[in-house]
Amino acid sequence: MEEVTLKIFRYNPEKDQKWHYETYTLEAEPTDRVLDLLEKVKAYNDGTLSFRRSCAHGVCGSDAMRINGRNYLACKVLVKDVGNNITVEPLLGLRVIKDLIVDMEPFFDNYKKILPYFINESPIPEDGRERIQSQEDRARFDDTTKCILCAACTTSCPTFWASDDYLGPAALVNAHRFIFDSRDAQAADRLEIVAETSGLARCHTVFNCTMACPREIEVTVAIGELKMATITGKLD
Amino acid sequence: MNTHQFEVLVVGAGGAGLMAGLYASKTAKTAVISKLYPTRSHTGAAQGGIGAALGNYEEDHVEWHTYDSVKGSDYLGDQDAIEFMCEEAIPAIYELEHMGLPFDRTPEGRISQRPFGGHTNNETGKPVRRACHAADRTGHMIVQTLYQQCLKNEVKFYDEFQVLDLLTVDGKTAGVVAVELATGELHTFHAKAVIIATGGHGRVWEVTSNAYAYTGDGTAIVYRRGIPLEDMEFFQFHPTGIYKMGILITEGVRGEGGVLLNNEGVRFMDTYAPTVKDLASRDVVSRAMYLEMRDGKGINGKRFLYLDATPATINKYAEIDGRTNPDGSPYKITGEQLLAKLPDIVDFCRTYLGVDPITQPMPVQPTAHYTMGGIPTNKFGEVVVDDKNKVFPGLYAAGEVACVSVHGANRLGTNSLLDLVVFGKYAGLRAAEFAQGADYVPLPADPTDFAREQFDSLKNGSGKENVFDIGNEMKAVMFDDVGVFRTENGMKAALKKVNELQERFKEIKVQDTGKIFNTELLNAWEMWNLLDMAEVITASAVNRKESRGGHAREDYPERDDKKWLKHTLAWNKNGKLKIGYKPVVQTKYKPKKRVY
Repeated sequence: MEEVTLKIFRYNPEKDQKWHYETYTLEAEPTDRVLDLLEKVKAYNDGTLSFRRSCAHGVCGSDAMRINGRNYLACKVLVKDVGNNITVEPLLGLRVIKDLIVDMEPFFDNYKKILPYFINESPIPEDGRERIQSQEDRARFDDTTKCILCAACTTSCPTFWASDDYLGPAALVNAHRFIFDSRDAQAADRLEIVAETSGLARCHTVFNCTMACPREIEVTVAIGELKMATITGKLD
Repeated sequence: MNTHQFEVLVVGAGGAGLMAGLYASKTAKTAVISKLYPTRSHTGAAQGGIGAALGNYEEDHVEWHTYDSVKGSDYLGDQDAIEFMCEEAIPAIYELEHMGLPFDRTPEGRISQRPFGGHTNNETGKPVRRACHAADRTGHMIVQTLYQQCLKNEVKFYDEFQVLDLLTVDGKTAGVVAVELATGELHTFHAKAVIIATGGHGRVWEVTSNAYAYTGDGTAIVYRRGIPLEDMEFFQFHPTGIYKMGILITEGVRGEGGVLLNNEGVRFMDTYAPTVKDLASRDVVSRAMYLEMRDGKGINGKRFLYLDATPATINKYAEIDGRTNPDGSPYKITGEQLLAKLPDIVDFCRTYLGVDPITQPMPVQPTAHYTMGGIPTNKFGEVVVDDKNKVFPGLYAAGEVACVSVHGANRLGTNSLLDLVVFGKYAGLRAAEFAQGADYVPLPADPTDFAREQFDSLKNGSGKENVFDIGNEMKAVMFDDVGVFRTENGMKAALKKVNELQERFKEIKVQDTGKIFNTELLNAWEMWNLLDMAEVITASAVNRKESRGGHAREDYPERDDKKWLKHTLAWNKNGKLKIGYKPVVQTKYKPKKRVY
């Protein structure tokens, strides 16, 4: 066990005029998740500390937050990864509701704009079985199927900080997932959506999104492929 | 007052809830409420695959899948429901594919399948490739795909609404009460039909693969309203959780050829299950691991073993077992192929253990994983409330919260995702059909009474006790005494302890007096649910004096079909727990000794 100092952004809309930081000192193992520390503070220091979490192993996307200035899932970063002086703050670019909880609605609204669902109205194969897809075609969009909609990428993007009508990396990643799926029939419409002024053109290849992704999706590559597709009109 | 009216109201937005919402909304005015954003649901943590006898690589039959599931259930599953699920599996998988689910592919471009525990070729007894997969994130792809289809079909969602109470009037369903997390306001959802799809309660145990959200909310609210819970003593411990943390390492690792090793480097499963070895069903493997560790064969004398999936080990044992590829050539795998098939497992081990499974073995121990018991239903998702299977009008349940029962005393891997999709669909269809022919049952005078009472009691205690301490004590005693192996004395002591904790829980006091995202209040309410579920689980378990599937008693080591081939029902009768039973449905499979 080691002593860890945890500085947490606090804001209670029912009590506080303004946000502030609280500092807690606690004992932790180097292999503890930052989420474990937040749970400990909530259990024994201040029950009012509020944050979202569910799966606690990096697949549900609930607990994206800023830890020592960088976006992580709190359940997927360990004390030994960030050191013994840890600052935890809510995601940037979204309204803080309470402590580490932000308003996710603008994020999901952007996601919904890119038609985030499989569309193919042509008849299914006559035998009722699966549509055939080669292993190569399946691999083409594998990376972008990993997205868990945690918002770590989008809220690390300076363009999104400037205005939340920018679709943002997460929505673009999900557009990529369908546009490059050989079975989907609506690529043209989606390309038109991402090519609008609030889309691809506002990605300035800062790479923050790629660094932030807890699923290690190559976000900037996916956005690059979308840009190329809008220029060439081709998907290969 | 916040009152909403929907013909069908779905509670929970994992695989079962989304499927129910999708189907009910085709013909009925439907809404889905969920305490999490739908894509956060625990279905998303399922890894290895969803079972269906597609036969894309090799011969397979619905009949084989059915028999394997009956045998896996240790003959406690209702055979009519299992037959139905395994038949429906094939169209269900194709439907998911048609919805866009990105399954991995065979060289011919069909849905790829891998072997999984307990799934066999019924003629040779050898493992069969039946688990349809999307890398090791099959559940993630299911929850994403179903949510996407719900968006496409404009299903109405109330995200971050926590259910608190089921409203019933004269034995009929009237709706639910929920709290909106963002405002703390109570909402009444007046509905003709309610579908409960809230998942399981694996957070009862100390080492668990389950999400924080898995607190038995659905079972707890119906239990408090006098509806029985079925087979609650049956809970699955998955053999391979990451040591101490409990994070799931999919059975797909063993499907791809990984083996369990003890401290002597011995692959011990061939002595416990000579035919399928490491791919025996989960209860069998978890028990074998406990016995090895009890025998002093844990690694470094500790309570874990190694799961070795390094290519050298996989290839060595594949050769010993004579394992072949579909084309008949000897089975061999490279590190690169393994990474492509199991990327998340590799990532979890690197992140949480600093171990690279391509070159090092993974330290694993059994972890609390799956709720076989739950709200009793028939195969259409209708809740049935007595030993004659009397239907409770307007109430449905599907997915892990329900007990159809297709999993009986032990679920086979890949059958949970299948359960969600099949029974979620039928619950949705049935509920919508019911709603068309039914009127709204008038709401009680103050529908939010009981919910408010519950919240008040959590806020107004003396504050002598700490919720987390109580929770930790419950988790520890349940893991030690109501875990993989059980005894009369251990379980009786556990029950006494849980009852004491329930008393002590009355002395807690939530500090947060606010309304906006009062997560402390909600977590306390969830802990209350877990304590009640721990009581029902333990009481049901003490009563069953035999060993069957996930319920393994050292004092009654054998299955006893004469006395115990029956389902447990546990009722809350005015605060007192009452146990009863109902018969198991058997079609053509007579119980026989279960050997793998």
